[in-house]
Formats: sequence, C-alpha cells, structure tokens
Amino acid sequence: MTLRTLTLSAMRDGLLKKEFSATELAGAHLDAIEKINPDMNAFITITRDKAMDMAKNSDAKLAKGQGGLIEGIPVGVKDLFCTKDVLTTAASHILDGFKPQYESTVTTNIWNQGGVMLGKLNLDEFAMGSSNMTSHYGPVKNPWKKKGSDAPLVPGGSSGGSAAAVAADLCPIALGTDTGGSIRQPASFCGIVGIKPTYGRCSRYGIVAFASSLDQAGPITRNVRDSAIMLNVMCGHDAKDSTSAPIAVPDFEAALTGNIKGKKIGIPKEYRPDGIDPEINAMWDNGIKLLKEAGAEIIDISLPHTKYALATYYIVAPAECSSNLARYDGVRFGLRVMPEKGNLNDMYEATRAAGFGHEVKRRIMIGTYVLSAGYYDAYYKKAQRVRWLIANDFNEAFKKVDAILTPTAPSAAFGFDYKPSDPVEMYLNDVFTVPTSLAGLPGISLPGALNKDGLPLGLQLIGKAFDEEGLLNVAYALEQAIGFKGKPV
Amino acid sequence: MALDSQAVAKIARLARIKVSEEEKAHYAHEISGILQWVEQLGEVNTDGVPMLTSVSEVKLPWREDIVTDGNQQEAVVKNAPASDYGCFVVPKVIE
Repeated sequence: MTLRTLTLSAMRDGLLKKEFSATELAGAHLDAIEKINPDMNAFITITRDKAMDMAKNSDAKLAKGQGGLIEGIPVGVKDLFCTKDVLTTAASHILDGFKPQYESTVTTNIWNQGGVMLGKLNLDEFAMGSSNMTSHYGPVKNPWKKKGSDAPLVPGGSSGGSAAAVAADLCPIALGTDTGGSIRQPASFCGIVGIKPTYGRCSRYGIVAFASSLDQAGPITRNVRDSAIMLNVMCGHDAKDSTSAPIAVPDFEAALTGNIKGKKIGIPKEYRPDGIDPEINAMWDNGIKLLKEAGAEIIDISLPHTKYALATYYIVAPAECSSNLARYDGVRFGLRVMPEKGNLNDMYEATRAAGFGHEVKRRIMIGTYVLSAGYYDAYYKKAQRVRWLIANDFNEAFKKVDAILTPTAPSAAFGFDYKPSDPVEMYLNDVFTVPTSLAGLPGISLPGALNKDGLPLGLQLIGKAFDEEGLLNVAYALEQAIGFKGKPV
Repeated sequence: MALDSQAVAKIARLARIKVSEEEKAHYAHEISGILQWVEQLGEVNTDGVPMLTSVSEVKLPWREDIVTDGNQQEAVVKNAPASDYGCFVVPKVIE
C-alpha cells in the first residue's frame, strides 16, 4: 500500500496522528504525476513549487494542533477554476497565457481549509463535451482498459482529467464542474464517486462560465464520505455570486448514518429506453435489490418529459454559451489574432476563429441562432417552457419519494477511435444526467459494477433540492451494500 | 429547419467567428441536423406553461448599492494582449 491509494478521510486521520506529513503526501503525488502524466495527460499544469510551499505550511499548522478540515490534503483542480497567478486555460487556445488576478470562491474555500494544490486538470474545451476529446491540450487516457486490450479509452467529460487523476491515484480528490453531467459521467467511466450539488450550493464566482443557469461545482472522490467532507469545504453562500443560495450548510459527513430504513426510492420507468445495454439494466436492478434489502421502499415513478431533456438542453446550454463566450474577443485576455490592415471586427472574427475549437464554435453558432430575432420564441422560449415541465416532473415525483435511482450513463467508457459523424450521437452520453441539471437538483454517481469487459458502470442517485444530506446517506448505504473494490490495472 | 451556407455565414457574422467556404457547408450540415433533432420539442404541448427562469426557489439576496472593490487598474489590464497607460489597446475604430 502506498500513501497515494488512501482515501481523503484516511489521509486526514494519518496526518492528525502524524503517521506521515503533508510534505511527504504532496511529494508522493507529485512524483507519481511527473511519471504518469506525460502518457495520461490528466494535468495541463503541475504546480510543484506551490504544492510544496502549501504542504510545508500545513505541516507547521498540524504540528501546532491547528488546521482546517482538509489540512495537508492534495487537491487537483479542474482547469476551469480561476487560480490567482496560475495559468487557467479552460482547455482552450483562446485563453493562451491567461493568469487570473483573482481566485475563485470554491478554490479559496479549499485553500482556507488546508487543501494543497497539485495542479490544473484537463477537460473538454470550455467544459463542452463528454469525452475530453475537445481539449486544445489533447485527450486524456482513462486508467481503465478493456480486458485483454491496450487500446486507450476516454475518461468521459467534461471533467475527464479530474476523474482520470483520482482513478489513477494522482490525487485523492479533484474539483469538477457539472453543466449536463460533466462530474457524474466521468466519475461513472472511471469507477469513482462524483457529486453535483444543488444549483446554488457552491459559488460560481471565478469559474469560467459555460451555461450559467446550469453550471455547478462539485468534488470527484474515491468514496461517498470523501464527497461529503469536500461539500463541507466547498459549499456556502457567497456575496460575489447572487445565485449562490443564502441558506445554511449542514454537516454533510455527520449525515452518513447508513440507515435508510423506510426511505422511499423512486425508479423512473423512462430511464429504461429500448435498446439499453442489458449489463447496465442488470446493474440498475442490482442497485434496486440492494436498497430494498437495506430497508428502503422501492416505488415505481414516471418522469414523463425525460425524453425531451436532451433537446431542451441543447437549446438552453448553447444559448447561454453564446452569450457567455462573447467575452473572448482578443481585447482583455488570451489570444489576439490581428489580420494585416484589419479593423476591430476583423480582429474579433480572426481571434475567435483561431481560438475556439470546432465543438465550441458550433455551440456558439447554434446559441446565436436560437436567440436571434425571429427564432427566439420558437426555440429558446419553447425550450424554457419544456424545461419547466421537466423540473415539474421531479417536483411531482419528490412528493412521493426521497431519492431517485437510475444508471449514470448509457455506456461504459469508449475508445479514442469513437468519432460519430453525427454530433447528436455524442450528446446521448448525457441522456440520464441532463434532466437533473435542467431541474437544478443534486445528483451523485457511484460505481455500480464492472461489465464483462472489466470496465466500471455507474449508478446515479438524484435528490431533492438542497437535500444533499439525505442523498449522500442513501449513496453511502448503497456504496456499503455494493462493496465495489475495482481498481484500474 | 435546414440551414444553408448563406444562413451559416449570417450566424457566424453575428457571432464574430470567421468561417471559410468549406466550413460553412460543414456547419450548415451539422447545425441543420441538430436543429431538426431539437424540433421534437414541437410535440410537447406548452400552452399556459411558464418559462423556467430560475431553478432554485431561493429569493436572491439584495445588497447595499455601494462600492465594494476598486483601484485594480493594473490587475485589470495585466492579461491584455495589448495595453498602454492602464488602458486596453484596440485597432483604430474612429477615422
């Protein structure tokens, strides 16, 4: 056993008992990152000096019996969070050389509680993707491989670097963001745990914006307890983000009793579409059985507008993205391309043509179209009405149940060579995660089983708004019952 | 709705993204496919359904209308591709 395979809570206990130091912990991770990352490509930037300084600081505090909730724990940060004076790229060419002059609120909370920054993690460009293949910095290799095959698999996306790094023991915890499934789907593909809290739980201040009504930060961890600890650190109202909820943050770790007797768990029939992978169905059925054995009451429910969620998402998210990404104009930060004898408009057009990748450009153009005069009512307003119906489906269901169990994704991790000619095919990866995002609800993915190829499949639990305590406790009970022990070889 | 290259040119212009002729045809094909796919929302009866404007039912907090930050000129222009005298520099826009 090495230091790197410990969970966050075991690291916390070991540090408090002085079994090892924060400096040793940071060093062990940095050495592994420097060895493994050139092939895996999970990190865009490695911050060794910063990490060692922070770790020394933590050791000094721990020696005096002081320190925060995660004092001395190494953390990987998705490269979508602004970190002061540290390159922040959003995996886009257009942010070349950008070193923010401020720190995001979520990372500020983490450093205040003693987290040690190892570096910035790879992602799909501007978090737009489900495979990490749209990154300007290249794809990330999932540490998992199919049995008997050496072909590289994607880690999912958009928080692909975060999920791969945690699965490969390059960091015990990583920060992700989730707009339509970008924490939960990669957690599923990499056999670990990821939670998207309720919209408004975490401040969005300093997170590079994609779709502001959907974006939410969350942790990617080895187990449910570590996610609870991280939410204690990350959540809370922030005056710098008016959409962050001004409500008290409970002790999420204390909510993990493992007792779910009498809890009502909803099983939505719409999540069993024709042609669903039978192994995923079987994993889901096993999850249902285990919750029942743990004393939960299983209730069949219907979320009738589920099938319209993806189409709704692919109007709302591009609309918001076209507006948010208007700021990349070659004037205030990042790349500038100046055509010879060009005027200001030529500069905008050339900069954005060179700086954005294909997927991002397409989404900006779709967003521009659905918001343009003459089409706004037919597309954008229509989508926002259907979105209300989708949210209402959940409101109705949560009158009858405490949490909902579904699969996280319709497949296991796929290969680098999977390049569908129709973009919609790639979008289908998020079919089970997007409805939760549209409704702003919390969702957690945990490993459910290995498939016949030896690859992890995830189960998703969806909770009531601001009931992460209840959600985490059901996830904790299910995690204990499943007893997933899989590790990439 | 199927888009042609001319429609793509117009959208690209609105979005300030330069696209080549070849790209226009490619985007026209891709965007048309996505638009046709999202048009399935037409099946949903949304008569009398409100637009979802906020997912949380939390009342947004107010704050005093006072200055909370400032004197950050150096930090503001620090990442600019071109700046002078604490200002952003852009190509001449007024003749």
